[in-house]
Amino acid sequence: MNQKTKKAWRNDAYAKVTGKAKYAADLKFHNMLHAVPVYSNFVHAKLRHVDTSQAERVEGVVRVLTAKDVPGAVRWGQIQKDYRMLVDDHIRCHGDVVAIVVANTRAIALDAAELVKIEAEELPMLFDPDEAMKPDAMLIHEDKGTNIVAHHRVRTGEVQQGFAQSDHILEHEFRTQFIEHAYMEPEAAICNPRSDGVMDVYGGMQHPFSTRRFTAAMLGVKLSDVEIIEVPMGGAFGGKDDTIAIICARTALAAQLTGRPVKMVYEREWSIRESYKRHPYKMSYKMGIKSDGKIQAVQCRMVADAGAYCSVSPWVTWRSTVQCCGPYKVEHVHCDVYAAHTNNVFTGAMRGFGAPQVNFAIEQLMDMAAEKVGMNPIEFRQHNLLRQGDTTVTGQTLDTHRVSLDQVLDTVVDKIDYHTKLKRCSRGKSKSDELYGIGLALSYRGASLGAEGVDFCSAIINVQQDGSILLETGVHENGQGAETTMIMLLANELGVKKERIRYRRASTSTIPDGGTTVASRGTIMGGGAVVNAVKILKQIFADGLADELGCDENSIVFENEQIRNQQGDRSIAFDEAILRLFSRQIYPYAFGVFQAPQVSWDEESGQGNAYFTWVYSCQAVEVLVNKSSGKITVTNAVAAHDIGKAINRSGLLGQIYGGMTMGMGYALSEEIISENGIIITTNLNKYKLLHSTDVPDIQAIIVENNDPVSPSGAKGIGEPALEIAAAAVANAVYQATETRYFELPIKAHRP
Amino acid sequence: MNEKITFTLNGEPISVTTDSDRMLLWVLRTDLNLTGTKFGCGEGFCGACTVLVDNEAIRSCQTSLKDIKGKHVITIEGLSNNGALHPIQQAFVDHDALQCGFCTPGMILNAYSMIIKNPNPSMKDIIENMDDNLCRCGAHNRIVQAIQSAAKIMQGGK
Repeated sequence: MNQKTKKAWRNDAYAKVTGKAKYAADLKFHNMLHAVPVYSNFVHAKLRHVDTSQAERVEGVVRVLTAKDVPGAVRWGQIQKDYRMLVDDHIRCHGDVVAIVVANTRAIALDAAELVKIEAEELPMLFDPDEAMKPDAMLIHEDKGTNIVAHHRVRTGEVQQGFAQSDHILEHEFRTQFIEHAYMEPEAAICNPRSDGVMDVYGGMQHPFSTRRFTAAMLGVKLSDVEIIEVPMGGAFGGKDDTIAIICARTALAAQLTGRPVKMVYEREWSIRESYKRHPYKMSYKMGIKSDGKIQAVQCRMVADAGAYCSVSPWVTWRSTVQCCGPYKVEHVHCDVYAAHTNNVFTGAMRGFGAPQVNFAIEQLMDMAAEKVGMNPIEFRQHNLLRQGDTTVTGQTLDTHRVSLDQVLDTVVDKIDYHTKLKRCSRGKSKSDELYGIGLALSYRGASLGAEGVDFCSAIINVQQDGSILLETGVHENGQGAETTMIMLLANELGVKKERIRYRRASTSTIPDGGTTVASRGTIMGGGAVVNAVKILKQIFADGLADELGCDENSIVFENEQIRNQQGDRSIAFDEAILRLFSRQIYPYAFGVFQAPQVSWDEESGQGNAYFTWVYSCQAVEVLVNKSSGKITVTNAVAAHDIGKAINRSGLLGQIYGGMTMGMGYALSEEIISENGIIITTNLNKYKLLHSTDVPDIQAIIVENNDPVSPSGAKGIGEPALEIAAAAVANAVYQATETRYFELPIKAHRP
Repeated sequence: MNEKITFTLNGEPISVTTDSDRMLLWVLRTDLNLTGTKFGCGEGFCGACTVLVDNEAIRSCQTSLKDIKGKHVITIEGLSNNGALHPIQQAFVDHDALQCGFCTPGMILNAYSMIIKNPNPSMKDIIENMDDNLCRCGAHNRIVQAIQSAAKIMQGGK
């Protein structure tokens, strides 16, 4: 374990270790009501009638709400408006909510929910996305005319010609599982109708602005009529986007129709039943290699299970498309990625976002191909990886930042002593009870949204008369430490102590829509906005203090709580500077924006500059596989990530530990299991997260190559830290057992 | 059945009159406004609701009010002393042993219970003792380090 030498700092640590941090479920309002959802026993059915009369007669029940009560839109979604926030036609999956019971107490609401009678006509069910894609398949959404939610392509070179030129062909199919985010805090929302007509919404979500859109749509009001107020959140990992937005909207509906504050807190079982999951993928890969170790061609076809609703499946599968060949040069590529509707729980954003699946396949193929041509896995990767100025499979030339795949690879190989340990691998044979293996994986990951969306973010710096500073940004504190990182960045840029800075928890009414805090974009986008706001603030100081400093904004220096000219012969203390600005009727207030650089994409050819910059990563693990039980134990892990520039070093390391841990759970234990559309892993005893005894020593190495495209120099870490761990584990298990596992989670059979 | 239950809460005597079959977690959170104890799974699997009853770490979502009659309950709110952090709390801050913070109160109280019984725990003791307190942010290794450092400080060493 890495011994810490310096004490860490987080702006919310005191509140969190004392129990003072108020999460959504910890809030209460006077005269508050409680709401609970009503599910049906159906998975796919035509809804005939919802009889609420018996439930409504229960003493203490205030309202029972169904789709008929919704004044605004019942159907909504981030891409396609296909999600029924309350079912209005068909039940399409087991997690669909048909009604909401609103009562004086939660206990009364729960009892009354049992009395809501749902009449529905069962329909045939579809659970296999490949079946769902057939032309004669039953339609889950008839109005769409197809079950296919997304189809993305990459077409470059002539793949058949590439295979003809190859000396070896590898063909394999890989499968991955449904994954639950399992944030420790189940969904919770409280809505309070204000006297001025605005609906205040408190909830644990990572996309307040999307939550506002869902809520305003359901209430049939304007965006300015809904205010989402940020509160501490107990983890998200991509999972607190659509579902919590919908729960907030339903809670707001209850508050609007009763005129009283309403609280809705989810049970763990409801959370697992209703919330979206990581997409399971079925991936068929064909790779052509030359004997000299060069990858000649890749053909792949992937099918992702979108479940009953669209959510962000088109975006998730797009990232898989862009990263379909890993961080390697391949001349001939023919790739098709589909997402298709089924009656399974819907799938959407989760940390990694379409990359962990692809990496599980491609990074195992790299090891297999190396073996085929008699090369070491590292040497084979070095033959093929992208270097400065190279062009990706989507036609993007990587020349705007340092391409550091060699650097992260060498760093990890050295640190874990890969070459020595590779020779010690058991390869299915050992004298002890355990088989030993080492494995490694490499990736590049497009930073932020890329061509999947409009990407910009803002920050407000508002210095007060006494020199204290209020900072707010359009990024959200998900638990990752985003507020702390923004404070550290601002303190550094302004040359002041971080104790001066209070992060003002934004609401959707105080700062413009900065997009969702996903895609590892918090630091790069929010940080970019902070840096750009500082530039404006410096201009204000330069203009306002021209008499004292006599310099322009480019030569003004902020350091050690002082503001000075470049020569250093004129300076003024920060506090004094603020007082003078105020006395001159000047506000030290700045609004900064970071607009992500242009990206491009052509859907037909699958070519374009997909992302404005990339993060480079390498992880390696060592495993022991027990010969009699098949149990796989990860005994050591090393990670190196080029994140541009470290702003919050401790936070960065924490993300790497956490991401790798989650990735190892993806490899070894986690799986949402359904039977005929009904999830049976309904709580945390059956859904297996890694426990403290399962987590190995993790050595995290931060590689810094300041990124010129990012105003702060920093990129992001949340997802790079997760996306290759499972692939590294799979490669290590192979070196231990000499058996390839093509499915996640890896269940090693007894050798 | 409504019943008056008397117990000690964070050092102070207290009586609560309510259905004594209710789980301690909900009495703490709903009736006594002590929301530092978290609801995570409702079945005792995650450990977010851990509190101390007579210095024993228990799952408050699985412990009814009547079972704590006459006992001493310590919640996360009772650990700091007039705003000064307990050494375990301070160690969690110093080691950055938290991210979202939702498992943190339960982690700290489970660690406290262990250190009371075993003032000088080995790394292995700590890892095993914390095994059933789940953390999805993946702060496990830092949590273990924080607890080891706190145990040393509590013994008077450094």
